[in-house]
Amino acid sequence: MKRLLAAAALLVGIATPAIAQDHGQMDHSVHQMPQAEAAPTAAEPVDPHAGHSVPAPAEPVNPHAGHTMPASDDGVPKGVAPPVPTDRAAEAFYDPATMARARAAMLKESGGMTFSKLMLDRLEYRAQKGADGYAWEGEGWIGGDINRLAIKSEGEGDVDGLLESAELQALYSRAIDPWWNLVAGVRQDFRPQPQRTYATIGIEGLAPYWFELEAQAFLSDKGDAHVRVEGSYDQRITQRLVLQPAAEVNIAAQDVPELGIGSGLSTIELGLRLRYELAREFAPYVGVHWERSFGDTARYARAAGEGASATSLVMGIRFWF
Amino acid sequence: MTTPIALDRRTLIKSAAALSLAGAFPAWAQSGTPGLRPAPGVLSGDRIALTVGESHFGTGGRSAHAITINGTVPAPLIRLKEGQRVQLAVTNSLKEDTSIHWHGLIVPFQMDGVPGVSFPGIRPGETFTYDFPIRQSGTYWYHSHSGMQEAMGHYGPIVIDPAGVDPVQATREHVIVLADWSPVHPHVLLKRLKQMGGYHNFQRQTLAGLLAGKDQPLRDRMDWGKMRMDPTDISDVTGSTYSFLINGHGTPENWTGLFTPGERVRLRIINASAMTNFNVRLPGLPMTVVQCDGQHVQPVETDEFQIGIAETYDVIVQPTEAKAYGLIAEAIDRSGQVRATLAPQIGMVAPIPDLRQRPLLTMKDMGMDMAGMDMGQGGVIDLSQPANDSMSGHSMKMLDPSAAPEVPMGPGVATLSSMPADRTADRPTGLEDVDHRVLTYADLRSLEPNQDIRTPTRSLDIHLTANMERYMWSFDGVKLSDGADPIAFRHNERVRITLINDTMMPHPIHIHGHFFQLLTGDDPTHNPRKHTVNVLPGGKISFDLTADALGDWAFHCHMLMHMHTGMMRVVTVRPAEDAA
Repeated sequence: MKRLLAAAALLVGIATPAIAQDHGQMDHSVHQMPQAEAAPTAAEPVDPHAGHSVPAPAEPVNPHAGHTMPASDDGVPKGVAPPVPTDRAAEAFYDPATMARARAAMLKESGGMTFSKLMLDRLEYRAQKGADGYAWEGEGWIGGDINRLAIKSEGEGDVDGLLESAELQALYSRAIDPWWNLVAGVRQDFRPQPQRTYATIGIEGLAPYWFELEAQAFLSDKGDAHVRVEGSYDQRITQRLVLQPAAEVNIAAQDVPELGIGSGLSTIELGLRLRYELAREFAPYVGVHWERSFGDTARYARAAGEGASATSLVMGIRFWF
Repeated sequence: MTTPIALDRRTLIKSAAALSLAGAFPAWAQSGTPGLRPAPGVLSGDRIALTVGESHFGTGGRSAHAITINGTVPAPLIRLKEGQRVQLAVTNSLKEDTSIHWHGLIVPFQMDGVPGVSFPGIRPGETFTYDFPIRQSGTYWYHSHSGMQEAMGHYGPIVIDPAGVDPVQATREHVIVLADWSPVHPHVLLKRLKQMGGYHNFQRQTLAGLLAGKDQPLRDRMDWGKMRMDPTDISDVTGSTYSFLINGHGTPENWTGLFTPGERVRLRIINASAMTNFNVRLPGLPMTVVQCDGQHVQPVETDEFQIGIAETYDVIVQPTEAKAYGLIAEAIDRSGQVRATLAPQIGMVAPIPDLRQRPLLTMKDMGMDMAGMDMGQGGVIDLSQPANDSMSGHSMKMLDPSAAPEVPMGPGVATLSSMPADRTADRPTGLEDVDHRVLTYADLRSLEPNQDIRTPTRSLDIHLTANMERYMWSFDGVKLSDGADPIAFRHNERVRITLINDTMMPHPIHIHGHFFQLLTGDDPTHNPRKHTVNVLPGGKISFDLTADALGDWAFHCHMLMHMHTGMMRVVTVRPAEDAA
């Protein structure tokens, strides 16, 4: 448990700059209040009814009850809205049960529909020193605007058949503000051996300047914890040609020798991929991928006869539907 | 003077080919029509039968499934007379529910045609008979309120002749129905927008553009990027999938309406699009606007106007030369346009102008208009604010919850207009700098005096809110599907409603069953009466509404996919509490 807390703290520490920058904008906006106070009709954020010529009784049921600047500063009083009726007018003319069915369908079609997306962000061949490799990274979701079920998967292997890593995550994703989602769920690693199951919590979204960011903390069924932070940016060169720099950093709370993970900064991956969107949903790409392990992770790698760093030329496709 | 008549054989052949693919058009929408007149295709009288069906539709090489009424896209013209009563029997031969809403017609609410609000809808195989008196005259239209069928062809024009003398005198008239049409099902278009908000935008700013010195300079791009706002996000669904249509005809099919030089020709222009606001012009031919949303206005001459979705404009043109004039409807994001032709003879072709430069949104479109401070804050300008125009100062206020305390903050509200300006006198998006006259709402004065000019007894602010990245749209930050309460009115009370656009897109907001008077001037007697008003990005608009129609009514953004993602409310009108 301590380790999960440690991992979470680590995650918070890493994720904070992005989120803080984001919310910093909102915080600063509060500092703009002196400006609003200078205006005679300024609204106090705590009391939406302040500053009105006609005091309106609070009507929490009606979202429009609170009048605010800057609209209709023209002598028309705020007034009092009538209570929301409890009847439904159409039921005087049509069968209430039939109307109920139609109303349910209408409400669903007015913001309540379910959507989904399945995206293989990377499916690539890696040409590198030694045996060439392959890798994939993808995600999908299904749900509404706020609550979604999500899956993620990534992995890599050698073309000669050895699957080095493969993981699948099942997540609950919840939109917590205009730009960020909170995710929580489980991750199953099928490779490397021994297999591990993790609990995970994290955050993902769109940072200022259009950076896609995600940060997740993981705690395995054996008690070891680590954090993964990923980011990418789509630089549109033309309407269809996009250059995408991407980075991934992994940090572990402890050594996990059987998985070749050392504590502290364990690996960094950097990629630069140039894709051409034949359609929005289908884009072939070429690029370069570089990864390096550090500290004990590097030591474990060398002990296993692998290099601590690898560079590969990649080509692949990105597609979704 | 003789003008050589240019008969373009290739266009004729292409048109013929396209038409055979498209199938039949109703008489009024056929190319080469001499104009509206009693004809077999026009539905009149007190009993009208309509059958909603499906068919294939094609234009300019794109072809797909479409929804038809009496076998055609657009639907038949319904021509009625003020004072008559009409029964419209609508038979649903689809495999899904359908409905017809009579857009702009003052009908009893139970005949208004919104499933789940005013009636149950029309199930497959069923016939529903609408029955109501005609209490008005003017140009209107009808369309489905079910399952985004309107985007697939389920729309048609309504013309109601006045009981007395028509104040608009014309020797000939044509109905002009503007539309957008995609071979992709609207549900798929919406899914793509949910998956990727900018899916259809192929006019974004690029590195190549920056290097070529186009669009915003680097500094502005950084500032907008910091806010995660895209100044090219003008339309959600664009010409990348849409073909734009006039009377069901694309540019290659060149719909042609005939005239005799010297005639006063009345064009009844209806924007029946699902997602496209248009700029409308006839190069070389000034237009005199005589009606808007079916309501007469004092004649005002202009060269171009922007027509929001679901609005109608009647204009008079008086071509004196025997030549072809292009009727150009250009999508406001300039991702496409459609050309039709007014000509003395079929086969003549008007030139197609080049698409104009795609506009870029500005800080004003984000509701951060410095000039708006005057109006918004009672003339007090805060000097403690840095005088420089640094955008970092602005960006801090793109989401200041105190700008709208009644709007709950959450994932669906990405921006709030901190200083929304009244934009009724503004030229609309993209027409700010064109070098000819452009109509604004402030130019509209109603011809007949308004009946009710009481000062409203209360006011109501409604925020138009969104998160364009998540493709969430709402009123006051709450989607209809979230269980939003109805907006309640007392019968016959007069309310001043201010729509505040907290988004960077224009929203054509429509209230069913009522006309409101748009506050465009100091004289309430002649403020224009409308059923739909297009609120410009980051701006606000006020109107006075007399809630004179008892019942439950729909109130929504007429961008079909905004409505379908939650930008809608039910409006209730009930006898006042003490009268109940």
